Order: sequence, then C-alpha cells, then structure tokens
Amino acid sequence: MSITPEHPAALDRRTVLRRAAAVGVLATPAIGLLGACATSGSDGDSEQVAGGTKSEKNPLGVKEDAAIEVVIFNGGYGEKYATDVHEPLYKAAFPKAEVKHQATQAVSTVLQPRFASGNPPEFVNNSGEKLMDFGALVADGQLQDLTELWDAPSVDDPSKKVRDTVVPGTIEAGSFNGKPFVLYYVSTVFGIWYSAKLFKDNGWAPAKNWDEFIALLTAIKAKGITPYGYAGANAAYYQWNVILTHAAKIGGTDVLKNIDNLEDGAWKQDAVKQAAAAWAEVGAKFSDKSFEGLKHTDVQLRQNQYKVAMYPSGDWLEGEQKKDTPAGFDYQLMPVPSLSASDKLPATALRATAGEGYFVSAKSKNPKGGLEYMRQMLSKAGAKGFTEVVKAPTVVTAGSEGFAFPPGVASSQAALKAAGQDVFNLYFDGWYKELDTEARTATNELMFGRINADAFVERIQKRADAIKKDSSVTKFKR
Amino acid sequence: MRHGKYPFVIGFLFAPVALYVTFVIWPYAQAFQISMTNWRGLSAPQWVGFDNYRRLLDDGAFWKAVQHHGVLLLALPLITIAIALFFSFLLNVGGKSSGGQRQGVWGAKFYRVVFFFPQVLAVAIIAVLFQMVYRPNESGLINGVLMKFGLEPILFLVKPNLALWSILAVLVWQAVGFYVVLFSAGMASIPGEIYEAAEMDGATRVTLFFRVTLPLLWDTLQVAWVYLGIAAFDAFAIVAVLSVDGGGPDGATTVLAMEIYRNAFVYSKYGYASAMGVALFFLTLTFAALTLRLTKRESVEY
Repeated sequence: MSITPEHPAALDRRTVLRRAAAVGVLATPAIGLLGACATSGSDGDSEQVAGGTKSEKNPLGVKEDAAIEVVIFNGGYGEKYATDVHEPLYKAAFPKAEVKHQATQAVSTVLQPRFASGNPPEFVNNSGEKLMDFGALVADGQLQDLTELWDAPSVDDPSKKVRDTVVPGTIEAGSFNGKPFVLYYVSTVFGIWYSAKLFKDNGWAPAKNWDEFIALLTAIKAKGITPYGYAGANAAYYQWNVILTHAAKIGGTDVLKNIDNLEDGAWKQDAVKQAAAAWAEVGAKFSDKSFEGLKHTDVQLRQNQYKVAMYPSGDWLEGEQKKDTPAGFDYQLMPVPSLSASDKLPATALRATAGEGYFVSAKSKNPKGGLEYMRQMLSKAGAKGFTEVVKAPTVVTAGSEGFAFPPGVASSQAALKAAGQDVFNLYFDGWYKELDTEARTATNELMFGRINADAFVERIQKRADAIKKDSSVTKFKR
Repeated sequence: MRHGKYPFVIGFLFAPVALYVTFVIWPYAQAFQISMTNWRGLSAPQWVGFDNYRRLLDDGAFWKAVQHHGVLLLALPLITIAIALFFSFLLNVGGKSSGGQRQGVWGAKFYRVVFFFPQVLAVAIIAVLFQMVYRPNESGLINGVLMKFGLEPILFLVKPNLALWSILAVLVWQAVGFYVVLFSAGMASIPGEIYEAAEMDGATRVTLFFRVTLPLLWDTLQVAWVYLGIAAFDAFAIVAVLSVDGGGPDGATTVLAMEIYRNAFVYSKYGYASAMGVALFFLTLTFAALTLRLTKRESVEY
C-alpha cells in the first residue's frame, strides 16, 4: 500500500520517548531502559558485507558466500513453502551461502528488539496479528527500497524485468509515497461467484453487460431462486466493493483514486452514482430483504444449498466454504458486468490485489541477499512451489500456469489473465476505517431500499469531507 | 477511642483502597485526561482542550445513542419491574392460603428456578441464542413457525423501527429472572400477619398487591430501578452481538458503549472515545442521583 504519513516525524521513536518521558515521573525507569535500547540501535549499525561481482546469474551483485537470515510468519500458509521451496532455490543459486531459517507466530515480539539493536534479519515475512507497522518501519528507514529488485532481470527470462512478470498493481500495493518497499506475494481476485452446476442445469450463462445481467437475474427469479445477495449483518463491504468496482469500470480507475485520495466530491462522481443506481435496482428487485439480517456464512451456505444464485466475494470464498460445498457445485467467478458500451474499462476488467507482505531490512548485513531471495521467490519455480504447497496463487503471472487449482480459483485466475492490464485496486477502507463503516451502512440503506443513489453518495461524501477536515487522522495518498 | 486504632484501620484499608485507586479511580481520571487529547494509540497524545466535546455536539451517532438510552431508560425498568413484580407476587402470595399462610401458585418452586435460568447464561450466549430466535428466514425460531403458516417473516432486527424494541425484549427477558428472585426475597420478609389481617378485612388479591406488597417493597423497587437504569446505560454486549452491522440498521439500535467501542478500537480515536466515556459517566451519575432523590420516601418499619 502506498502510504504517506503526513508527519513522518511523529513516528520517530525518540520524539515519542521524549514526550512520554515528560508525561510521568513513574514511567521514567522504563523509558530509560527503552532509551538505552534505542540509542544502541542507531550507534551499532551492523557492518554490511561488500557486494559480489555482478553477472548474468547474479544481476544484483550478491556476495556469494554471505549468509542470509529468513524469518517466516508461521500462520495460515505455514513455513513449509520457505523451507522446502524458496530456501533451497537460494541455496541452489548460491551454494556457498548459508541460509538461516526462523519461523515465528509473533513477528514483532521476535524482531522488534533486533531492529532496535541494529541487527535485523535480511528477509522478513511481516504478517499475522502481531505484524510490525509497515508505515512506522518505512518512516524509520528500516526497509530496503525494492526498485533495484523490480528492475532486475527475472530468473527465468533475463530479457524480462522482474516487474513485468507479476500481476499489475503488485508493486503499487507495496509502495509508500511512490517508492516500493514491500512485496505482497499472494494474489486475490474479487468478483461475483456462481455455481457452474446450477447455471449449466438451467442453461444460464454468466453476463457480460447489464442487459444480459438483468435478463439473467429475471430468469433466475422465475425459477424461484434468489438471484443475488450479500450479507447485510456483517459483510456489507462485499457489496460496496461491487458498486465501486462497477464505478471504476464505468468511469475508469481514477474514480477510485479520487476516492482513496479524499478528493472533493469523489463519491459524487457520476460513475459512482450510476453504479449505485444500477445496484440499488438489483437490490430492490432481485434480492431478499431478510439477507440484511444474515451473516456472510449464512448467505454463503444458502448459495451452497442452491437457494442463492450469485454472491459477491474474493477468491478465498471457495476455500472458506470447502466444508459446506456439495460435490459438483463448481464455484465460478464472473467479473462485475459492464453497464453500457460507453464504459471506460472493458467487461473483463476486475479488482485484484495482493496480500501477505515480505520485506528486506535495509540495515541488515546482507540486504542484497534479501533482494536476491525475493527474486528467487518471484521466479517461476518459486511461485509454482509456493502454490503447490499452500494451494494459493501468487502474484507471479507464470507461476500458476499448469497448476490444477480447484475450479473457483482456476476461474478467478483465468479471469485475471483475461483482464490483462485492466486490473485495479482501492485502499480507502484500510486507510480510513470510519469511511469504510459509513460505506457499509450506506450500502445496506441503498441495497435494502431505504435510500436512493443520490442520498447514498451524498452521505458517504459527507463523511469523507469530515475525515478530510479531521486533523487527528493521518492522511494517505496514492 | 483506644490507642493504636488508626494504624489498625489504616493497615486494613490500605490494600483495598490502593487497589481501588489503581484500578478504578485512576483509569477514570485518565479517561478525563485522554478525552482532552487527540490520542490515537501510537504517538504521544496532543492536548486539544474541549475539541472532542465540541465534536460530540454534532455527532449524529452520539445523539442517536443518547436517544436510545432515553427509550431504554424508561422502558427497560418499567417493563422489567412490572413483569417481575407480577411473577414474584404469583410465586409468593398469589396462591391459596393454607393455615393462615399465603402460598405461591402451584409449582412455584419450579417456576422460580426456571425464571432464574437466563441469569445463569452469559450475555454473549443470550445474544447468540436470540440470533436464532430472531433470524429473518425459515430457520429462525419465530419466523420458521410464521412461515410454516404461510405468513411473511417479521424482520425483527432489520426494520429500523422494530430493531430497538427487539433488543429491548432480550434485555427484559434476561433481567426479569433476577428481579423475580430479588422481589421474592423482599416479599418473604413481609410478615404474614399483615396479609392475614388485610385478608380478614376482606382485601382481594389486587388490593393486597397494591395496598400491602407494593408499599412494603418500596426500598427493593428503588434499588431495582437504579440497577435497571444502569443496565439501560450499558446494553453493549447484546447490541454488539445481536444487532445488524454493529448497532444498525443505520444506527437504529446503537448505544453509547457501542460508539465508544467503535471509535476506540476500530477508528483508533481514543481521545474522542474517552470523551464519549466521560459523557456516559456523567449521564449514569445524574440518573442514579435523580432516581434516589425522586424516589425518596419514608420506609415502613415492621
């Protein structure tokens, strides 16, 4: 995520300590101890190893016998992908180098003291509940600029830069103030999900444009099945995601950029209004009022029971529903249909993003080694190995080729491929939680027929303006 | 007053007072201090004076919450006390009189246990239970039956004008049992002779209730009113777990604790949330003082 703290200085550890020390005498002993730690950090920078000779096999100029230390978050994806795939790849490329491996479930607990003492590991998988604050790390100059990595030739095809081997948007997702610092590795695609079986049995086809979509909804309704629905009780953002995706397709990706940047009148852009009006009609005619009182698991279960035909979500849905999905259900993704022929983006365009963050420590002994480790991760073999171990697609376009994904992820990967460069993302919900809450509430009001599209954009805009004016909220730009 | 009394008293008081100051008084004081800052939980707080309070004045969600507390404050004690009194009267003195002693209705002992059940359950469990009861489709306890008869389901938690009352019903359901027991204890301490005497004078059950039970139970009622009022200022757990979209739809069921929670832990606006907390503190305090003052009456000695 590209995050620009307005006052980076506010994140400065020493300033914080100084102010904190002024607050209470009681806290002084503890502050003294921390202060001692912090000072030792800036004084005792570890000596960095000299670079090796650059070659075709070693474009980053890594010192061949320099050790690297890899810290992996041992969570949902485990650590096996690192020990069995990525680390052996690095060892194969640099047989003389030692690869130290460490796995943890509490990244900050293990690493905070190491950053404070100036001896951070080269490569870190910063994730999980106790991840370290990326923004603070960036502000503190702890993260290695990844530009060199993205511009390096890729492992598999030296004529291609690494940046051209990944899904569009990957680099932006990990950029702060326009500079890439974080590698987000796991690919996530959003869309509308349906059962291939249900559609096939009834002779329905996924819709590409709005007329087809309305016809499809009408046909499904005639069959006595709820055509479309999301869970209002706790998952309204699944639906604002659809509305905003639709808005981006209608008016181009700048629509979302304006919203993220809190531009004046961003929510009142015509594209947002059109999308909201279109979906309000779907909510009024083709959904079920009772869904507002249901949780996402309830609605997802009803889809598995063939009581709901289409449901908006990300591609984690198939894994999440594994237990409840009947045999032959066959999840498929359909991108949000286009509204009219004058849409700025084609029907195949969709929202995709990347998750699971990795970084290289700028102040470690061997940052080049860390970058090289990433380059290996982003190779075809690295990505393929990861996908085979954890069954999730990576941002490496070629990495998922030939892997037998379950049908849902296979379809989302196909859709992503079909989208080509027309892939976009949005960030406001992570930056401004208040705006997310307001969008959720407004979405329920809109979709369950209590307000119209004008009132919908009006009320969210009002909240966006309030946040823009609120000096206590750190602003971000992309 | 004997020599050495003060060291003795102080010795005993020191530990509880220290604990109380550290864990109750100090956090309260801190909340006042934090409410004057724009602290967001990370960097050092900046003093903003009364900004947060000024912002409260035109925060729609805050006023909605206060309004809901007003409704709950009237309805929750009234309904709960009425039902609890009715039940405890039936359980204790509503039945036949045998040997000059008034008895409860048949099976009173059994009912007494049953009424207390909700009190034994954790609030979160009650909320989850009522999710099932209120569920808006055929798998809901109430709507399942309605839909069997071909009726339209009632969208309890979804209809903005029904949602708060649905929440209130759960609060009442949960509270009644405790107050039945409380009032029963109060009634048990009313001497049987008074009932006997009243009965001999030809008092009916209704007269007994209004002329004997109620006046002699006044102190207990007063306590119940304050307790229930304070409960009406809370209601967080039920609203957080049960309501749609956290106090929704569109804030139709939100309460102050919900808004405090959201501002503090979702938006990381600890300063603003503390200001709401301080507002809640004064509201509760005012309510308790008012109730105690207004319901002051000579208590009857017996």
